[in-house]
Amino acid sequence: MTTMTDPPQESFRLSMLLNDTRYRSYTFQFIALIALISLIAYLGSNLVQNLRAAGLNISYEFLGEPAGYDINQRLIEYDSQSSHWRASIVGILNTLLVAFLACVTATILGVAAGVLRLSNNWLVRKLMAIYVEAFRNVPVLIWIIIIFTVMTAVLPSPRAFRGEDATSSMLLDSLAFTSQGVFVPGLVFGTGGLLVVLTLLASIAGMVFYGKYRTKKLYDEGKELPGWVGWAILIVPTILVYQAFSLTAGQVENRIIVPSEIAAADVSLEQFGERLVTDKTNINYCVVTDSTASALGKKMLLGLPAMELTNPDAVKMKSTRFFSMDDAKTAFAAGSCNMLVVPASEAANFASSVETGAVALATNVKDNAPIAFDTPYLANFRFTDGITVRGSLIALWFALAIYTGAFIAENVRAGIQAISKGQTEAAASLGLRPGRIMNLVVLPQALRVIIPPLISQYLNITKNSSLAIAVGYMDITGTLGGITLNQTGRAIECVLLLMLFYLVISLSISGVMNIYNNAVKLKER
Amino acid sequence: MKKSVIFGALTVAGMAAAASVASAGTLDDVKARGKLNCGVTTGLVGFAAPDANGNWDGFDVGVCRAVAAAVLGDPAAVEFVPTTGKTRFTALASGEIDMLARNTTWTFSRDVDLKFEFVGVNYYDGQGFMVPKDLGVSSAKDLDGATVCIQTGTTTELNLADFFRSNGISYEPVPIETNAEAQQQYLAGACDVYTTDASGLAATRAAFEDPAGHVLLPEIVSKEPLGPLVRHGDNEWGDVVRWTLNALITAEELGVTSANVGELAGAAGDNPEVNRLLGTEGNLGEMLGLDADWAVKALAGGNYGEIFEKNIGENTPVGLARGLNAQWTEGGLLYSPPFR
Repeated sequence: MTTMTDPPQESFRLSMLLNDTRYRSYTFQFIALIALISLIAYLGSNLVQNLRAAGLNISYEFLGEPAGYDINQRLIEYDSQSSHWRASIVGILNTLLVAFLACVTATILGVAAGVLRLSNNWLVRKLMAIYVEAFRNVPVLIWIIIIFTVMTAVLPSPRAFRGEDATSSMLLDSLAFTSQGVFVPGLVFGTGGLLVVLTLLASIAGMVFYGKYRTKKLYDEGKELPGWVGWAILIVPTILVYQAFSLTAGQVENRIIVPSEIAAADVSLEQFGERLVTDKTNINYCVVTDSTASALGKKMLLGLPAMELTNPDAVKMKSTRFFSMDDAKTAFAAGSCNMLVVPASEAANFASSVETGAVALATNVKDNAPIAFDTPYLANFRFTDGITVRGSLIALWFALAIYTGAFIAENVRAGIQAISKGQTEAAASLGLRPGRIMNLVVLPQALRVIIPPLISQYLNITKNSSLAIAVGYMDITGTLGGITLNQTGRAIECVLLLMLFYLVISLSISGVMNIYNNAVKLKER
Repeated sequence: MKKSVIFGALTVAGMAAAASVASAGTLDDVKARGKLNCGVTTGLVGFAAPDANGNWDGFDVGVCRAVAAAVLGDPAAVEFVPTTGKTRFTALASGEIDMLARNTTWTFSRDVDLKFEFVGVNYYDGQGFMVPKDLGVSSAKDLDGATVCIQTGTTTELNLADFFRSNGISYEPVPIETNAEAQQQYLAGACDVYTTDASGLAATRAAFEDPAGHVLLPEIVSKEPLGPLVRHGDNEWGDVVRWTLNALITAEELGVTSANVGELAGAAGDNPEVNRLLGTEGNLGEMLGLDADWAVKALAGGNYGEIFEKNIGENTPVGLARGLNAQWTEGGLLYSPPFR
């Protein structure tokens, strides 16, 4: 008779930490970890000791104090009384803006150059080869400085736009290319403007869904749905919503209110303009953010023949921005600005409520669009209003885009060449045109090779954007790592925070791109 | 991810450890090294700029040379380290330079919070504005909406924001790093106005092709006492730099010049303060840890007035009047404590 016995319970002996391969790796890793921790602890205590010896400490309290300096490009509200923390946020947003713009541009450039580098056309192929070799072999800092220098040295200064024989003039009356940057019209969203934008976004989503459905139909059933439907989905609803608003809410009449000391009641805008020139009255136009009427009223004023702002002796005009109609009314009543557009129904009431005296001009300003253009104009020194795209942003954006685009082109070329030529030949034998072969057969497979290195290129762009310092672009390195660091002298704190920011941004980009990579990679079953 | 965090922390800790090796005895360090590391600007005509042969010359450079001469006996024993508005304090705090002589404004926070020690004032200045003449601006208050070039990380940057805010007018800052960059941008019209210390504006304008085409606006919007500084906590070294600067100022007041210093130092004369200054009487040099004739060596390059006239005075292209920087006996602010 035999009895089943359990296999002998293997007892753990201390020597197994060294002799047993199962445990040995843990032992060494543990030792390495201890060594690493002690090294860091040593460096850390050394730092703290040295700081204490120098009478310094580590403190982040400075982040809450007023920064005291101004930043020229700010995507959120900021002035010199805002905190250092807010200045850092302004910097982060600027970093993200230039990184985003450069990533998009570099991808477009890179994919185009990569595909064209494999073109059958000798000239195109060689041109792309020259592009790639020239741009990726010269440091990006050099490109940034070249573009910036060209921009400031070649483009005219705003002063050249002024005078009887001005050497420059605005393009289409709304674009100005100057050494201080490019001034382009901005968009103003009035009543219903937001809804138009939402409709557009929904339409884009609809178009993407339609595209997916179309591809699925093509793959599953070999049936091709018409392409124009996608464009119709994109355009038609937006136009309908836009028209609906401009025909209803957009029909509101508005009046321009001015102090009674510079105009009599019920004069027309034209007469008013002539009076301005004879009396040499300076205009301070109250611009209300998100009010299309305010933008259109300004356009009418600037369109007056009398308002020749390019003439050095002309009426001087400036505009002051307000975030709400109530703020603007208060400021107007206090005399901080002297031209305000209000709905005609409120005009008489408001004019009589201003203690210093105010009148409404006779000319109507029709608020006839949910979205309007706010065009820049030449103020005392430079162009104001609209959107200012600074030379530093352009230099950084383009330099990063063309530099990294060259690397992406090589990734794309490698990806395409990784696809067996048989795939192309097979597709061609089915009678597909070259463009469709690229879009339907080669690129989808090549993406699996292209995406992973593309992620590093995006990270490179984001990190290289810190070269902004060379052209005075106020990114996070310029605000937190530059001026704040310098004004407060908190170098270690600022650099640590800067590292944390870049780490978070980089890991987020990498995370999002890896999700995309998982979506397109070869699904093996 | 864990790895990158650890390596990142390692890098920071490493950098910080390397940055704080500055030891206490700067005077001994300088003597042992045989060379003074002096931080100056990256180039501002009249104050500190390398000439065609690469020799640094200027008003701030004169202070560096005087200290080197006092400590090492050789005014040429200076390693000039060009620093920008942003790198200067890090360079000093980390011990890369022994002293900073670079149009740096003496402010409370720099003295107290940044742990530096200003040893005196070698130029009393104020912030001004320069604009092209054809802009037709006659006052800084007319600058509403102008684009202003400003060196980042400076006190002028903060004053600028305050000036425009308190006057209720707006401006567009263009941040730049160095004076040379500002000059290039200003001349290209990338900014309408350049603002910095009035002396710096005068020096910059002197380097223009057409200096008459640019005007300095009458407003001086701040007090900018510029002076050399050292690290906090090394009082022996601070004393050396402080009293070298004072020696230059006192020498002018007492009429000791580079021309007559040799003669006066030859034997004790009848002015006891001159004797103490030049080491023919008393042991002031020994108290500082230097030779008895330390001030004689320092004065070989000229006294304060001579250095001023040679580099930025009215007969130079920079053309600055003594103004506030005249001796107290002449109605200025220069006043050195007595040598006794």
